[in-house]
Amino acid sequence: MVLVLALGDLHIPHRAADLPAKFKSMLVPGKIQHILSPGNLCIKEVHDYLKSLCSDVQITRGEYDEDTRYPETKQLVIGAFKLGICHGHQVVPWGDLDSLAMLQRQLDVDILITGHTHQFKAYKHEGGVIINPGSATGAYSSITYDVNPSFVLMDIDGLRVVVYVYELVDGEVKVDKIDFKKPQ
Amino acid sequence: MQVQEDAVSTAEEQDKWLADAMALVQHNAFYMHRAVDANNLRDALKYSAQMLSELRTSKLSPQKYYELYMRTFDELRQLESFFKEETKRGRTNADLYELVQHSGNILPRLYLLITVGSVYIKSQEAPAKDILKDLVEMSRGVQQPIRGLFLRSYLSQISRDKLPDVGSAYEGEGGNVVDAVEFVLQNFTEMNKLWVRMQHQGPAREKEKREKERSELRDLVGKNLHVLSQLDGVDLEMYKDVVLPRVLEQIVNCKDEIAQYYLMDCIIQVFPDDFHLQTLETLLSACPQLQPTVDIKTVMSQLMERLSKYAAASPEVLPEFLQVEAFTKFSHAVVEVIEAQPDMPLVGAVSLYVALLTFVLRVHVDRLDYVDQVLGGCVKKLEGKGKVKDAKATKQLVALLSAPLEKYKDVVTILKLSNYGKVMEHLDYDTNRVMAVVLIQSILANNTLITAPEKVDGLFELLKELIQDSEGAPSIDELDEEDFKEEQNLVARLVHMLVNDDNEQMFQILSTARKQFGQGGPKRLPFTLPPLIFAALKLVRSLQNENLPDDGPVSLKKVFQFLHQTVEALSMVPAPELALRLYLQCAEAAGVCNLEPVAYEFFTQAFMIYEEEIADSKAQVTALQLIIGTLQRTRVFGVENRDTLTHKATGYSAKLLKKPDQCRAVYACSHLFWVEEGSGVKDGERVLLCLKRALRIANAAQQMSSATRGSNGPMTLFVEILNKYLYYFEKGNTQVTSTIIQGLLELIVTEIQSENTTQDMQVDAFLANTLRYLQFQKHKGDSVAERYSDIQVPS
Repeated sequence: MVLVLALGDLHIPHRAADLPAKFKSMLVPGKIQHILSPGNLCIKEVHDYLKSLCSDVQITRGEYDEDTRYPETKQLVIGAFKLGICHGHQVVPWGDLDSLAMLQRQLDVDILITGHTHQFKAYKHEGGVIINPGSATGAYSSITYDVNPSFVLMDIDGLRVVVYVYELVDGEVKVDKIDFKKPQ
Repeated sequence: MQVQEDAVSTAEEQDKWLADAMALVQHNAFYMHRAVDANNLRDALKYSAQMLSELRTSKLSPQKYYELYMRTFDELRQLESFFKEETKRGRTNADLYELVQHSGNILPRLYLLITVGSVYIKSQEAPAKDILKDLVEMSRGVQQPIRGLFLRSYLSQISRDKLPDVGSAYEGEGGNVVDAVEFVLQNFTEMNKLWVRMQHQGPAREKEKREKERSELRDLVGKNLHVLSQLDGVDLEMYKDVVLPRVLEQIVNCKDEIAQYYLMDCIIQVFPDDFHLQTLETLLSACPQLQPTVDIKTVMSQLMERLSKYAAASPEVLPEFLQVEAFTKFSHAVVEVIEAQPDMPLVGAVSLYVALLTFVLRVHVDRLDYVDQVLGGCVKKLEGKGKVKDAKATKQLVALLSAPLEKYKDVVTILKLSNYGKVMEHLDYDTNRVMAVVLIQSILANNTLITAPEKVDGLFELLKELIQDSEGAPSIDELDEEDFKEEQNLVARLVHMLVNDDNEQMFQILSTARKQFGQGGPKRLPFTLPPLIFAALKLVRSLQNENLPDDGPVSLKKVFQFLHQTVEALSMVPAPELALRLYLQCAEAAGVCNLEPVAYEFFTQAFMIYEEEIADSKAQVTALQLIIGTLQRTRVFGVENRDTLTHKATGYSAKLLKKPDQCRAVYACSHLFWVEEGSGVKDGERVLLCLKRALRIANAAQQMSSATRGSNGPMTLFVEILNKYLYYFEKGNTQVTSTIIQGLLELIVTEIQSENTTQDMQVDAFLANTLRYLQFQKHKGDSVAERYSDIQVPS
């Protein structure tokens, strides 16, 4: 069993002061094995914070990231799953599922994690999963109105992944989950 | 050989002298015991006197003398019981008292007299007060400091349980508490005099050693104050009228630094809190009279600390604090002490204010006026001193500024303190910035919202060293770059704490902040302006359905003007990449608000930056992705404006440096002609033109690769374009026919199998996934599948 945290589009300090305190108290060091972030952190302090939670932090570049060394896309394998990360501003129209599916085919991954729209999404699609963890700070977005802070936690166990979505709604953390089994 | 008192003796010598004296004590004690056993009073007195003669030495250090004293003390206890036995055998106490006075030397004589005196008092044959008075008077006969101190210490120890205190057996005939107090006070006064005199004996070069030795003896003197505090008869009134004034008189008059510090501290420690509270004025009035070198700030701090703990532990005494005006008294005393000690280092004065502030925050937490008053006092002390350079004083100033912050955890409260900023002004630039950072961190940690525009000004005044270059401050280039970035990022985060639900107020806050940040110079603007822009964009959201008049205090028009000017300021820095992104954000927001000319203007600005200032090819790619992505989403434009902008965007795409980048940007542009949402644009022909153009570029890329490397590059661009064709095919673009797709499919399969093509697992997987997708679509059994039926998927 492997716990993978996916979060992105924090936009600190441009659009938010910090992660919500409730999220911070949930995210404790030592529980998570991998952090996957589609980007827009945007500053070193946030990167350092993520590093303090988990030593393996994989980040792709958002258009506001000050660190220009983050790659545009990333692929990695965790357990039986191939995962891909990409911020998503490169995929026009933004947030369009069919266009993201093309990226998923291109990266050849079971699970694709993108951001940019600040809207939490998780679809089972063409034998894979496409996830947008939303904005962990609930940052302003030109694409999505009234963004709630959200992130995703994936519990990968063999061929099965349970995707938990944590969303902060009116000060309360709500959890939703999606179960996905990789076809043999 | 006679050893001089001031001779420096070694530790070995001291040990030897002590051993010699101990041996003689033991020798004489042995004969004393024999005499005692034989009931021979004369011999007992003789040998005890000889034993006590050893205490006449001047050679021993206080430490060694103490050991010798303790040894003889034990022997004297036995002698005391012998005296008691003697009285039982018929000898009167008065007789004994008389008899021991025949001893030749004064020191043994007085020890014996005190020992008999103890038995005498216990017998109650004479009033305790008279005997005590006699003993304390007689002890004046020994004026050598160490001998005198130990003798009186003996007297103090012997008499402790025989004082005519209230409730004691010796009260009444034996006197009353007044006599008891008088006796202890007198002994205390004399002991202190002896102790102080030690300081003036011997050469100046041994001053330090002597001070150390003196400190070892201080508890002998302090013990008297402890005895006083233990007397049941000493009530508040007596303490106030007799004990405290007399003790203070001695402390002040002795003019000795060590004694004054120790004894003041002793008073504070041994007497109860409520006594201190009720005699605060008397106690504090002594402080300015002490020697200028006395560490009075520590004494006063301890007193304030004690009383504030008292108040914290027993809230019911709070009215008393108010009644005696404890705060006013302390704050006057602080001023007086600082005036009385002109040589007191600044750190001392500031730490007095820290102690006073700590007192206020514990006892009168609701009195912000007191807090401000304390800060004001410190400001007055600092007047004309400019930036404080002393590190220790600076540390205390930081403590002074941190204390209210830690207590209230609310910067809005801090903003009510008119002197807070004035104290900050005296911090050196580096420390000032550190303090400013602490303020911001407090705001963030406590989620403090700053809601009033005037508070924003007040806050920025406190943070001004972070926000702008003040006169005389080191230039930004001298600052550590990492630190500077971290500070500015904190300022940026702070912007999100400046909020007000009222649009008018919010706009005022933004304008205030904008004006302040405007002073920051080009290095700060890229940090401070973006959060303001996003805050303004949020304001746009809450205004967009309000329909407010343009010339009111806040309107969409005004906020967009604000946005325009702010992004423009950023572009002048120059910070082209950031400015371009923010112009696009504004353009999209204006579009949503249905303000076509405004949106067009923002796009124009973004395009100008793209054309003139973004030269790096990688930066161009990202910028163009954002331009296309935003333009694709902006629905406000009429045909003409839309054509102009899309034409520009496709033009830029074809001019990117690298062919693959060109190709991808061009096929992305196809989405500018095909928008499903809203009223939509569905120009299938121009979509196809884009895709065909992308194919041509992909071909060119392939040929370039073949010409330079001798093999064709990877086929990924073709597979990407194939996917785009499939996308539009599914969306019902009739220009994209199954024939075209079939052709492209076959071309790709052939190319990939060609020997000239570079093998690439990634592309193979991409193609395989695409083909699997095609199969999947074909067999879905819906209208899309029907259209796919003509396409043959190559195996």
